[in-house]
Amino acid sequence: MNNLIILLPVFPLLGFLVNAFFGKKLNKQISGLVASLSVFCSFAAAVAVFIQLQNTEAHAVTVNVFSWINSGSLSIPFEYLVDPLSSVFLLIITGVGFLIHVYSIGYMAHDEGFARFFAYLNLFVFFMLLLVMGNNYLVMFVGWEGVGLCSYLLIGFWFKNTDYNNAARKAFVMNRIGDLGFLLGVILIFLTYGSISFQDVFPNAGTVSTGTVTSIALLLFIGAMGKSAQIPLYTWLPDAMAGPTPVSALIHAATMVTAGIYMVARSNVFYSISHVASETVAIIGLATALFAATIGLLQNDIKKILAYSTVSQLGLMFLGLGVGAYSSSVFHVTTHAFFKALLFLGAGSVIHAMGGEQDIRKMGGLKGKIRITFLTMFTGTIAISGIPPFSGFFSKDEILAHSYEHNKVYWVLGMIASMLTAFYMFRMLFLTFYGRFRGSAAQEHHLHESPPSMTIPLIVLAALSVLGGVLGMPEIWGMNNWMHHFLEPVILRQVPSTLSHETEWTLMALAVTAALAVIYLTYMIYRRYGITPALREEELKPWQKLLYHKYYVDELYEALVRKPLDALAVVFHKFIDLQVIDTIVNGVGGFVKSTGSAIRLIQNGHISLYVVSMALGLIGIVLLTFLV
Amino acid sequence: MINGISINMYLMLSTVLFIIGAVGVMARRNTIILFMCIELMLNAVNLLLVAFSTLHADTSGQVFVFFIMAVAASEVAVGLAILSMVYRNTKSIDSELLSKLKH
Amino acid sequence: MLGYTVTQWIFGILAFLAILFALMVVFTRNPIHSVLYLVLTFFCIAGHYLLLNAQFLAVVHIAVYAGAIMVLFLFVIMLLNLNEDTEPQKTGLSKAIAVIVGGLFLLVMVGALKGADQLAINAKGHPDTGLMHRLGQVLFHEYLFPFEIVSVLLLSALVGAIMIGKKDTEEQTDTVK
Repeated sequence: MNNLIILLPVFPLLGFLVNAFFGKKLNKQISGLVASLSVFCSFAAAVAVFIQLQNTEAHAVTVNVFSWINSGSLSIPFEYLVDPLSSVFLLIITGVGFLIHVYSIGYMAHDEGFARFFAYLNLFVFFMLLLVMGNNYLVMFVGWEGVGLCSYLLIGFWFKNTDYNNAARKAFVMNRIGDLGFLLGVILIFLTYGSISFQDVFPNAGTVSTGTVTSIALLLFIGAMGKSAQIPLYTWLPDAMAGPTPVSALIHAATMVTAGIYMVARSNVFYSISHVASETVAIIGLATALFAATIGLLQNDIKKILAYSTVSQLGLMFLGLGVGAYSSSVFHVTTHAFFKALLFLGAGSVIHAMGGEQDIRKMGGLKGKIRITFLTMFTGTIAISGIPPFSGFFSKDEILAHSYEHNKVYWVLGMIASMLTAFYMFRMLFLTFYGRFRGSAAQEHHLHESPPSMTIPLIVLAALSVLGGVLGMPEIWGMNNWMHHFLEPVILRQVPSTLSHETEWTLMALAVTAALAVIYLTYMIYRRYGITPALREEELKPWQKLLYHKYYVDELYEALVRKPLDALAVVFHKFIDLQVIDTIVNGVGGFVKSTGSAIRLIQNGHISLYVVSMALGLIGIVLLTFLV
Repeated sequence: MINGISINMYLMLSTVLFIIGAVGVMARRNTIILFMCIELMLNAVNLLLVAFSTLHADTSGQVFVFFIMAVAASEVAVGLAILSMVYRNTKSIDSELLSKLKH
Repeated sequence: MLGYTVTQWIFGILAFLAILFALMVVFTRNPIHSVLYLVLTFFCIAGHYLLLNAQFLAVVHIAVYAGAIMVLFLFVIMLLNLNEDTEPQKTGLSKAIAVIVGGLFLLVMVGALKGADQLAINAKGHPDTGLMHRLGQVLFHEYLFPFEIVSVLLLSALVGAIMIGKKDTEEQTDTVK
């Protein structure tokens, strides 16, 4: 088992190396095959590890790969930890990752950077595995930074487009802000506990003052905010949709953005101890969920809608983490990985069929033309909207139930967020697949179903979206909530649920009713009355404009952060650089030059001057030697 | 004491002669005079060597003087050859005009 | 006489003359006079050598310095036709600096050498140090190798002087051009 664990991340790394060094020489089939197979091998290994883990007494396996850093009191081994939490993530990453790799073979078939794309994708999987398998914060951090790098490379994959490059840079910089918080948190952990290995830190977490724990938890959460796109560091994620759609599915929906959830869930003990930190997490999560959902209402770019939906769902997961429902959040990560990957890949399939068109105002009536895509996307939409017995319902319901228990206001707001989700998802669905076709004739002629390499992953993911709920089906449904019990060993301080079954039933009924009501409303608006979004901005009402422009947050950041920084940069350039530094540098040069020409006068070739100097020197020496 | 004369006297005499030579080098511009002043300084040292040689009853000092004379003779031969060459090219033996080592 | 022995008188007079002539060498404007004064200085120094019982060196000194070297100087000066009128002069300031530095140097040296006669002396006990046979023995036994080297040095100086002094016909035409 240990060997399997060590091999697990090696497969994608090998795939990366093959594609990175020989990609140009390989033809596309082999290149895609190598990449997909390497991830599949990892998936097989992950499944094997997962099965063996069930039979392990301790529920956790630690593998010391090598001793990494040994310096004084600082000793950091390069260790892997496979426990229920990381094994769930391993399965998501390799499983969904494999499907997306297969999908990419079809989606990227006509791209000239085919091998490069797969190299980046494999590298991403490698780093993501490192992130979830690390047994200490530093290995996690390596993975953390690695996935950030891959995200940057893949967002800017079509590097000839300046906007895409800017989006990549924005993602990178925003992540860097979060990473700084994470790094500071890790340093604080080391200073506080003298170690950054999980098995040393977590059992002793309660031995220090709550203030310290709060600082650690908040610093780590800043890292999670950056990576998982929470307020105020969320604006990079919608822009990250500049990358190829499989990238959006894999990195910016299913895996990388959930790294923040993973990290907070992993460090759950800190948040259980510090109420300040857990409340902060819950409030930020809730705010993000609502905020992003409202923005999502009026977006017209199919990928942007899904991006804001992702941000909103991530917020919901943080709400879960904040109210202590760690296992529910991880459950939601899992189901979300299924249906959001499905939705993104479906959107990719739609874009593929539309020949690159992403604006839903120019779509419509696609349901008959691309049948499989429509059916799978329909499944995904129902799943995300929270209709039982699709997977999204159970995970979302669990989070909402826990927040109801924690604070009723959280529950109300969470409900509103999930109703908004149902609205914008069905809006997207209706506008895309129903009604009449609103694009050009050429596009209509071009419409075609995607190749099997793209539809098969869609079908598999659709099946998972339907059935994923089984993993955490609540007790009142006659199941034993497997996910919850499986993750129990990882959650050090459990908050037992005290809700009565009646309350649970009521909450569920309310959620389903609300979702259905919203869907009916959406149906009325977009189907019965056939309203389509305004094509021109002038036709928007003021509140619509506000939402359409994402509350002008980007403009706000521009004014609050970028403009002052630019001004500062100008000051640094004009004053510090040109005036101070250049003066110093030129001054040093000028000083040397002028002293040189001054000293040169002494070397004038006149013997008498030399003799005088020599005589003076001799006088000095004699004075020092004999007379002093 | 050498024949009733203190070694200090020789030291003083030698020092004075040496410094007169040094002042000559500092104060004159004629390169030939500079050479002569250097000869004077060499002789001041020679005198002291002989004085100490006698004082210590050690002949080595006088052998050194002998060698110094040989070296001085070589130096003057070559040096004056160079000077006459320089004069032929620059029509001057002014040490300050020669300070650039070119003409 | 006045409490001094004859030797002391002779030393005194010779020392005075040597210093006087040396000063004249430096401060005479005419180069030829300088050379002649230097010859006189050398004679005084030869006198000191005699006082110090270094007869052989005294003779060699006269022969080499006064006889050969100074004649060479004189010869070159006359060859170059140098006289008082062609003599380059330094400014008063640099002369003053030279004298001041020389004076300082003298002062410091005198101060440093003040107690030199109190130093212990371990005479080897050869009263005939300056005599020819004694010098010859030391020179050809202990200093045989340096002696040979000096012969090479003199030879190379001879060759070098001829090489440098030889008229280079090509270069001459260059200069004329």
